[in-house]
Amino acid sequence: MISTTILTAAVLLLTILLALPLGRYMHHVYAGDRFWATRLMGPVERGLYRITGVSADQEMGWKRYAVALLIFNLIGGVFLYALLLAQGALPLNPLHFVGVQGGSAFNTAASFITNTNWQDYSGGSTMSYLSQMLGLTVQNFLSAATGITIVLPIIRAIARHKTKDLGNFWVDMTRTVLYVLLPLSALFALILMEQGVVQTLTGEVRADLIAPFISGGKTILHQIMHVGPVASQEAIMMLGNNGGGFFNMNDAHPFENPTALTNFLETLAMILIPSALVFMFGHMAKARRTAWAIMISMLLLFIPLTLVSQHYELAGNPVLTQLGISQANTASLAGGGNMEGVEDRIGAGATALFATLATATSTGAANGAYDSLMPLSGGVNLFMMQLGEVVFGGVGSGLATFLAFMIFAVFLGGLMVGRTPEFLGKKIESFEIKMTSLSILVMPLLVLIGTAIAVTTVAGRAGVFNPGAHGFSEMLYAVTSPANNNGSAFGGLSSNTRFYNLLTGMCMLLGRYWTYLPLLALAGALVEKKKIPAGSGTLTTYTPIFIGLTVGVILLVGALNFFPALALGPIAEQLAPISTLTH
Amino acid sequence: MIKDIKTALLLFLVLAVMTGLIYPLAMTGIGQIVFPHQANGSLIRQHGRIVGSSLIGQYFREPQYFWSRPSATSPVPYNGAGSSASNLGPNNPVLAQHVAARIKALKAADPAEKGPVPVDLVTSSASGLDPDISIAAALYQIPRIAQAGGIDIVTLRHLVQQNTTEPLLGFIGEPVVNVVKLDLALHDRYAAAHGATVSPTKGPQS
Repeated sequence: MISTTILTAAVLLLTILLALPLGRYMHHVYAGDRFWATRLMGPVERGLYRITGVSADQEMGWKRYAVALLIFNLIGGVFLYALLLAQGALPLNPLHFVGVQGGSAFNTAASFITNTNWQDYSGGSTMSYLSQMLGLTVQNFLSAATGITIVLPIIRAIARHKTKDLGNFWVDMTRTVLYVLLPLSALFALILMEQGVVQTLTGEVRADLIAPFISGGKTILHQIMHVGPVASQEAIMMLGNNGGGFFNMNDAHPFENPTALTNFLETLAMILIPSALVFMFGHMAKARRTAWAIMISMLLLFIPLTLVSQHYELAGNPVLTQLGISQANTASLAGGGNMEGVEDRIGAGATALFATLATATSTGAANGAYDSLMPLSGGVNLFMMQLGEVVFGGVGSGLATFLAFMIFAVFLGGLMVGRTPEFLGKKIESFEIKMTSLSILVMPLLVLIGTAIAVTTVAGRAGVFNPGAHGFSEMLYAVTSPANNNGSAFGGLSSNTRFYNLLTGMCMLLGRYWTYLPLLALAGALVEKKKIPAGSGTLTTYTPIFIGLTVGVILLVGALNFFPALALGPIAEQLAPISTLTH
Repeated sequence: MIKDIKTALLLFLVLAVMTGLIYPLAMTGIGQIVFPHQANGSLIRQHGRIVGSSLIGQYFREPQYFWSRPSATSPVPYNGAGSSASNLGPNNPVLAQHVAARIKALKAADPAEKGPVPVDLVTSSASGLDPDISIAAALYQIPRIAQAGGIDIVTLRHLVQQNTTEPLLGFIGEPVVNVVKLDLALHDRYAAAHGATVSPTKGPQS
């Protein structure tokens, strides 16, 4: 537990240290300032605008911005869908995979444009290299950039006054890819390659086994290993909070996550940009202390939950203890803990940390088998998502939802003291609260109704793999994850069925765009308001009391919505007496 | 609106070419030039043949080799073309049955060993391709290998040590032994002892 605690502290501390300069850098990028980066990449940026006919200084109101985003995402989705169907007839397909079947192609397209990266297919044995690169990697970039274009208008709405201008979608999209995602990914991909992540266009490698063995009456002499252009995709999949792995077992696969160091860096990469965005908000809205308050609130939510998960993973599985095995964490000899579905080089504690961060952010990547997590650790995964992906959250979308929660907290605070609520100088009125509530409540509706449909239909229950309460958790997870655009899974559930392709596909689309549109409408309303100077009745947004209020609101909404469901799943499973399990 | 659709199409195409073709292909080029060993799978070659990857585990069943962790890949364990976990929940009775059966197999191969079995040796890894075992799991197997392979315990301990990776800075990762490299070293010894030419496909059969 001690080394895992140090690991957790190191990841969080290093992230903040890197996020501070990155946040400042991103502030300069979006402000259009002239500095070293624009001197370097400016010509490329302007070239892009010339080719695509973008007038960079033309700002958009919220409706035009939303329409541009929706059109851009729709084009991306249609392109990806068509590419997946046609991959069998296209080049860069060394293993000759056929076109992806229709239901799965729809699901995957919906999944990758919404930054969910839920995968109903097995990566390494379904997708051609062209699909992985020109299909999935492209959407890893563009869906992450779309996430950032969700939060930029909201921040501008707070920073600007008495205008309709919220920025230019094309410019925000281009700058995010050119100045933030591409350079960071290229750098990260280089580090990953040095550590052993593969990057090749070769189809597969055949090895002559050191010790051939007999399986099913046949002597097995060879090992076929799938390889591919993995590092380039792995880098953006972590940085962009995508999480859709190149191979079936994602970041547990040694070619995606070969060493303890890559695991450390991949863990850090998940929260780097979401944290940087918080500090960027501080610069853009001239509210640095509020930015720190947001960071502290997120840590207050994250740290206790990850400690719970780490505790149960390191303590091991009591059912197995009875069988006479050692799950001890003996520092110099073995990691120990709940090792089913965990890689030795990573260890149970680091897997728990990774799992909680992958669900706190919208990454949804997995360096272990989440279905085999201890009941409450799996429950922490579920609860992280059910909080609405606000603890760091998705790239952009997380901070956007967090700001919505803060506005809601300001409103509650205003009710308590009987003053008109205001947030960073903007008066919060009926329309703003309606939009905020809408964006917060869409997700629980999707999750609870979706899970109800799954458990009450034969098709929904047919996919379940594990018996008892855990089987219910599998269904709850399969709806919670897509509706929150997370993408991780309890992998035992058979989700590549018509039922789950449709259910999860709809949850991903509605969970993304129905949450986003009210937030943009909120931005549209806020930006037109004048700035009110802070008065005696103003609720300061960076005091400990306000941090407590915000964290309280987030926890309360999450708990009220989901406690009954969690009680039927992970909590019931945790409370099952061991004696009933071994017979 | 029409203008926006045209802009969206053009911008999508340009960004798709940049991020989906130029970026991954440039990375592939750099990887192949700067890190050719890693970019191609950290392959181990012997006498001109590929005998495995130091990152992808192999299945070992004979008593004179260190056994890898149980693998949930199909149709054969350690299928490098299809990573897979068992996905068994912690309370699933099937998990307890599997673990009990693996403990039985370990005890059958070495009846003298009475100590508790290290957990990673009887639980399946996440990828089904885990190349490592814990040091405890390696030490646990040494008496069996010493007897079955006729190698003294000191030499085996030394081999384990040579293939051990300690946690980085003491807290990043866990102490592990690479089974592929370890068993390759054992294989070479057995081949040399039998005076045969080292040929990976003609390893000792049980």
